[in-house]
Amino acid sequence: MPLRDVHMPDRRRLIPLALMLTGLAALFLAWNLKAPVEFILTLRVGKLASLVVVGAAIGAATVIFQTLTENRLLTPGIVGFDALFVFIQTALVLLFGGSVQAAIPPLLQFIAEAACLVAVSLALFTLLLRRGAGDILRMVLTGVILGIFLRGLTSFAQRLLDPSEFAIVQQASIASFTAVNSQVLTIAGVTLILALGAALWLAPSLDAAGLGRQTARGIGLDHDKVVLAGLSLVALLVALSTALVGPVTFLGLIAASLAYRFCGTWRHAVLIPAAALIGAAILLAGQFMFERLLGLQSSLSVVVEFLGGLLFLFLLLRRSAR
Amino acid sequence: MIRIANLTVMRGTKPVLTDLSLRFGHGGITALIGPNGAGKSTLLHAIAGLLPATAGQVEVEGRDVARIRPEERARLVALLMQSDRVTARLTVEDLVSFGRWTYHKGRPTARDREVIAEALSQFDLEGLASRQIDSLSGGQRQRAFVAMAWAQETPWLLLDEPLAALDPRHVRDLMERLHGMSRPGEGQRSIIIVMHDLPAAARYADRIIAMKDGQIVTTGPRQLKMTGAVLSDLFETGLDVVQVGGGDTVVPA
Amino acid sequence: MKPVTLWLTAGLILAALICASVLIGAASLFSGDVDGGLLIAVSRLPRTLAALLAGAGLALAGVVVQMAVQNRLVEPGLVGTPEAAMLGLLAVTLIAPGASMMVKMSVAAAAALVGTLCFMVLARHVPRRDPVLLPLVGLIYGGILGAAALWVAWTTDLVQYLGTWMSGEFSGVLAGRYELLWIVAVLAPLLYLAADRITLLGLGEDAARSLGLNYRQTLLAGLLLVAIITAAVVVTVGAIPFVGLVVPNIISRLRGDNLRRNLPLTAWLGASAVLACDILGRLIRWPYEIPAGTIFAVFGAGLFLWLLNAAPRRAHA
Repeated sequence: MPLRDVHMPDRRRLIPLALMLTGLAALFLAWNLKAPVEFILTLRVGKLASLVVVGAAIGAATVIFQTLTENRLLTPGIVGFDALFVFIQTALVLLFGGSVQAAIPPLLQFIAEAACLVAVSLALFTLLLRRGAGDILRMVLTGVILGIFLRGLTSFAQRLLDPSEFAIVQQASIASFTAVNSQVLTIAGVTLILALGAALWLAPSLDAAGLGRQTARGIGLDHDKVVLAGLSLVALLVALSTALVGPVTFLGLIAASLAYRFCGTWRHAVLIPAAALIGAAILLAGQFMFERLLGLQSSLSVVVEFLGGLLFLFLLLRRSAR
Repeated sequence: MIRIANLTVMRGTKPVLTDLSLRFGHGGITALIGPNGAGKSTLLHAIAGLLPATAGQVEVEGRDVARIRPEERARLVALLMQSDRVTARLTVEDLVSFGRWTYHKGRPTARDREVIAEALSQFDLEGLASRQIDSLSGGQRQRAFVAMAWAQETPWLLLDEPLAALDPRHVRDLMERLHGMSRPGEGQRSIIIVMHDLPAAARYADRIIAMKDGQIVTTGPRQLKMTGAVLSDLFETGLDVVQVGGGDTVVPA
Repeated sequence: MKPVTLWLTAGLILAALICASVLIGAASLFSGDVDGGLLIAVSRLPRTLAALLAGAGLALAGVVVQMAVQNRLVEPGLVGTPEAAMLGLLAVTLIAPGASMMVKMSVAAAAALVGTLCFMVLARHVPRRDPVLLPLVGLIYGGILGAAALWVAWTTDLVQYLGTWMSGEFSGVLAGRYELLWIVAVLAPLLYLAADRITLLGLGEDAARSLGLNYRQTLLAGLLLVAIITAAVVVTVGAIPFVGLVVPNIISRLRGDNLRRNLPLTAWLGASAVLACDILGRLIRWPYEIPAGTIFAVFGAGLFLWLLNAAPRRAHA
């Protein structure tokens, strides 16, 4: 076997992950398939696609986010990015009324909401999260409280809506993997592919950003530009996953932690796809277990939160014990 | 050449450097000395274009560092920083390779690989190339970061306390190497070092800049300016420069 | 400010808030459609009292928790107490749906105590050197308990109940449905009498012991108090986050740390703040209502962010 080139990303680790995801997908589709086969299959393909898109988006977003914040405990969800997205949705309904919102085509609406998210999250990032970059725990706590603040603000804004408008927004604010609009799914799928492509293109710069802001600037990285690009990608990925199923806080933490462990590399060209594959696989495996094996409905997100919370606690205490 | 004109840098509302003007010619080692809080690190960061000037300007090779694109800047000036906290788990070779980042952007060419190998051998790191950064001792890590800065192949090499975690043997090795590469010849570097190791400064520096409270106290050739009187005044404690075995060193007076 | 003027101001503010709370609501007192006296007796007055009692109780509980873990950045809501109470409530609702309020609250209080004690055990393993770590651990611990509660509620179709326990709201308060909260009025004087012991608690186990305090007994009594107050609030009106965090911090910034002198002020500020939020909630979207808990969460989280980032930092240059 020729010696591996130490200067280039080693993508071999992605192969088993991709195989695992394919296997899971096949199992998910074929398990206990009964007549009417075509109907059930269509249903399952839709669900499969939404699970994969959401898992991949959150996994990739978390890796990028953790590099930009130089902190492996944070996820976009913990800091309240998804809450921010729901808040923006609510605010738009509040400002323009539900009827106007219903009249706008979903694609345009999604783009507008995602653009707002990018702008607001950039402002928050530079104001709050960057300032405390030296003090990791303070930054994490600030992020968490920010998330609570945004969720509070959202439910406050929701109360200002008419009951009928309230219903429109509330649909978006509870994670559910069961009912997903196919048009939204198509938009989300295409966005995901574009965003992942952009993330891979950005990967070498993210590698450099992983050295820390100071050092990265020293070796010639335009750090502010990378933060802008990376954070925009994160916002886009969070927006699409939230638009699909609603907020999922801790999934990204699990996916990213596993990706670092499994790949043992710092190269984003490997880490980002790995986290995406793992995120998708977790959701798929979880949904399969809950729905097919245990016969339970819609409790997956709760369990993911539960386990993710435990992982977070573990990482936090281990880090502090050092 | 580096030209600094009326440079003022504020941190918050506190001036760290005030109205500072200075020129650096090519070649040799310049030692920046002075008590803690004098503004030495700030000056290095300002020269490297990493801290915005509140007033005044810094020109490297005739170009205003505030206006050069980061990639180009990193080919003119390399800076070794004091804090080297790295979240990612890198090997020494990975780290040194990042010194070439502005050239290869993640896809190292044969030339980049050559420089990386050269940097590893220059700083005695070949045996450690595949070790993880966080498994190294403080001194080994320091050398790895110096090698990264060196690999940037910049005419100007700025080092912020590179001797901090080094034992005497590695202090000597590193300083001799830096001294060697700052002599005239092909690939000559101009080196500016913030140092607290006064004996090392007395032995290896060609020029000194003494700083205190954000201002220059004195500057000039080491032989003329590094005297007991200047040092005692600068550090507010009795110091003397004496000759030992053909070189200068600093002792308490 | 002199004590007399201070208390006069405090009393005036409170009186004004109470008047406003009694007068403001969806139905007018003077239109003649409804019996104004009855409206006040059955709805407005109980509601006002409930807000006052809940606010005062939560603020006092916050002081006790902060002293018990020696950390100013926590409160019952950040150490899992309400979530544990909810788990207890879910259990009792499942096992004995017909149980009386008193029984439900006792079970909830017991669960809250167990949950809080578990947190105390966890807190012993959290390094002290960084004050920011403990609230984080508490938040996640509460989140885990909350997820467990949500899961139980989901599988047993009790999500709606959980919703009412989770968001503090006073619009449902009527005479006969809030009286459990008077337990706060019983416990507050006890806490006042024990103020010095609670202060000692804040010095830490070793110091408190060496000064002759029975540390474990005092700690347990204090946490029992916290559990009872939290459970009472959760059962009657639903959890109101951040009251126990923000109020003691404000008082301590303004008036220093003498507990005996400050406890009444803390109770006053907690009561006034929650009542003010409730009144605000009635006015903003009149005649609809916004839960006081929601309003307080926004203000409270905002204030917490400020406390966290504007607070005098440990010097690190």
